[in-house]
Amino acid sequence: MARRTPKTHTPGPDDAPMLLDVEGLGRLIALLAEEGYVVLGPRVRDGAVVYDEVRRVADLPVGWTEEQAPGRYRLVRRDDEAVFGFTLGPHAWKRSLFPPRRRLWRAERSEGDGAFTIAEEPVEAPKQAFLGVRACELAAIAVQDRVFMGGAYVDPVYAARRANTFIVAVNCTQAAATCFCASMDTGPQARSGFDLALTELLDDDRHVFLLEAGTETGRSFAARLSAAPAVPEDVAAARAVVARTAEALTRTLDTDGIRDLLFGNLDHPRWDEVASRCLACTNCTLVCPTCFCSTVEDTTDLTGAVAERWQTWDSCFTMDFSYIHGGSVRKTHRARYRQWLTHKLASWIDQFGTSGCVGCGRCITWCPVGIDLTEEVRAIRESADIPPHTTSANQAQAGR
Amino acid sequence: MQPPTPLQTAAHPMTPVSGRVLRRRWETDDTFTLDIEVAGGRPFPFAPGQFNMLYLFGVGEVPISISGDPDDPSKLTHTTREVGVVTRAMRRLRPGDTLGVRGPFGSAWPVSEAEGRDVVVIAGGIGLAPLRPVVYHLMRHRLRYNRIVILYGARSPEDILYAKELGQWSARLDVEVLVTVDRAARRWRGNVGVITRLIPRAPFDPENVVAMVCGPEIMMSFTVLELHRRGVASERIHVSMERNMKCAIGLCGHCQYGPHFICKDGPVFRFDAVEDLFRVREF
Ligand SMILES: Cc1cc2nc3c(=O)[nH]c(=O)nc-3n(C[C@H](O)[C@H](O)[C@H](O)COP(=O)(O)OP(=O)(O)OC[C@H]3O[C@@H](n4cnc5c(N)ncnc54)[C@H](O)[C@@H]3O)c2cc1C
Ligand code: SF4
Ligand code: SF4
Ligand code: FES
Repeated sequence: MARRTPKTHTPGPDDAPMLLDVEGLGRLIALLAEEGYVVLGPRVRDGAVVYDEVRRVADLPVGWTEEQAPGRYRLVRRDDEAVFGFTLGPHAWKRSLFPPRRRLWRAERSEGDGAFTIAEEPVEAPKQAFLGVRACELAAIAVQDRVFMGGAYVDPVYAARRANTFIVAVNCTQAAATCFCASMDTGPQARSGFDLALTELLDDDRHVFLLEAGTETGRSFAARLSAAPAVPEDVAAARAVVARTAEALTRTLDTDGIRDLLFGNLDHPRWDEVASRCLACTNCTLVCPTCFCSTVEDTTDLTGAVAERWQTWDSCFTMDFSYIHGGSVRKTHRARYRQWLTHKLASWIDQFGTSGCVGCGRCITWCPVGIDLTEEVRAIRESADIPPHTTSANQAQAGR
Repeated sequence: MQPPTPLQTAAHPMTPVSGRVLRRRWETDDTFTLDIEVAGGRPFPFAPGQFNMLYLFGVGEVPISISGDPDDPSKLTHTTREVGVVTRAMRRLRPGDTLGVRGPFGSAWPVSEAEGRDVVVIAGGIGLAPLRPVVYHLMRHRLRYNRIVILYGARSPEDILYAKELGQWSARLDVEVLVTVDRAARRWRGNVGVITRLIPRAPFDPENVVAMVCGPEIMMSFTVLELHRRGVASERIHVSMERNMKCAIGLCGHCQYGPHFICKDGPVFRFDAVEDLFRVREF
């Protein structure tokens, strides 16, 4: 959002929250499409909720919910027609901001002197609207904003796509058993980072969405939906639904002093224990909405006259990831799981001033052997034999 | 001193600039030095310790330290040991051939902070390449420093880099150069043994020395132990770290070392910044 120039705005009646019925939701989708946005939202495909193009309300997972547990995901029918009555599937929005595979450039070598000229791939940044972004996912986008746009080097593709993205958040009316957003202070209530936010209100009497705007652009869209104004009771009802969701969260992660806890226990026996289960399959990194690692592939065609560089997602769980001449630095699953977890929950804080985990629970659900990071941290915390101490990172800051 | 920022002509920071080989010298059987002209002769300022990403057409891109003279930005110099796919292709480059260059990247050796003190440069194998710019700087500004000691360890006499220059440096009365090899035929009259054995008798004041260390991680780890034993504090020891690097701009994640990205926070670190991690295996 940060990159969009705010439009001038005179506060008026448009500012108040509104009520949208299911038809109104359809109008929102149509309006976004009319304005040239590709609308991406949840859809049921191959037994899971994934993010893909949606054209109408019927494309959304109406009447579906899911059961999630470590290593387990199953769609089940609801006994109502809730539009957003599920939580998260395996897709994160990052695939639409940071494409899994992209050509960076193409080079041609001239016959004469062997010199080559490079043509960069034009940056494709279609106007896109994300419909149904959960609070934890808003937080994940904010985390990736820091990674890709907050440092000395900006990823031009991410930045361009991000600037052209309109975000419609959806507050969670229920939690999955794998969710722990409250522990990470990211949800379930969407607080910032959206253009519009919806809260679904469904009971015997009505099926509506509380519509709230978070930006000028969001406000101007809301004004064009000819929705009914909401009364304070509607807002209270919406907050109550989300509060109930927060209370229903079962999973927790104690983040108190977590950075020093993990860095103080790099040789804890628990790493061996988790390594005996981890398959280093990379699933957790692929589904994680904040994981950002990538690699490059340099290739040539058969004639050797044309070369290309591709950028693809990578994972710290592969052997190649840490390869240097003489062998990989992190040969064992123990070292790779430890790298992943300490990065997510500890060194991320040093690097980007925020945790790398938003508590979405995807890595727990999609781990084929059901490894649960909250459980791993708990095991270390409960048996930490090395007291947390001042780690290198503190000293590094002092020394810089 | 802020190290120079990269030369960038394209929109994407991962697009290289073109370079042309001016000259190739063999240092040993498997190690060669290339002088490179960048972007049709643009000057290439860098700080000692910085590196470039060198791209071989269609083959790949690898991080290589700059081994030339920081006071002469008119030419770019790299010394590379052939170890695998990309460095093998680099070995085949001849004068006139082209390659891609991105950089310079990373942190620098603390040559300014070392002024007024003793300096000990400790290198193992190809580790002398990233430290040669330091030596050039120290020689050119000799009066700014107290004693200067260069300790160098190579596998065998045939693997010694920059042999002629080492000879010139050791001929100077104001520089102490000690070289050792792991193994040697009888003809070799120099030291045989690990580099750490040179440290106890190297002429520097442990209370007032700045140590700059580059070599394989295991060599650096024993070297630091020995420096500590002599009383050199971690804050005055600097090491250059190596990890897989795909982007060199802090975005690909490959070079992470705990809280650090070696490509942008390093490769040169004050030892106390990495001391705790140094002891952890496979980190
Ligand atoms: C900051 C830095 C400075 C360096 N300076 C020099 C130098 O001045 N001279 C020199 O000879 N070597 C230097 N190296 C090591 C050099 O980068 C590797 O020898 C080179 O990457 C090997 O590539 P390859 O394709 O020939 O080998 P392969 O074994 O075929 O490697 C395949 C790939 O693995 C990665 N890789 C392999 N070894 C290393 C390594 N040691 N470090 C990082 N990535 C690696 C690369 O992506 C490489 O393309 C430096 C490394 C770093 C990180
Ligand atoms: S680490 Fe797991 S729970 Fe945390 S953000 Fe990533 S996928 Fe979600
Ligand atoms: S933790 Fe689970 S999902 Fe992640 S690499 Fe290991 S087995 Fe795969
Ligand atoms: S090399 Fe890519 S982050 Fe450092």
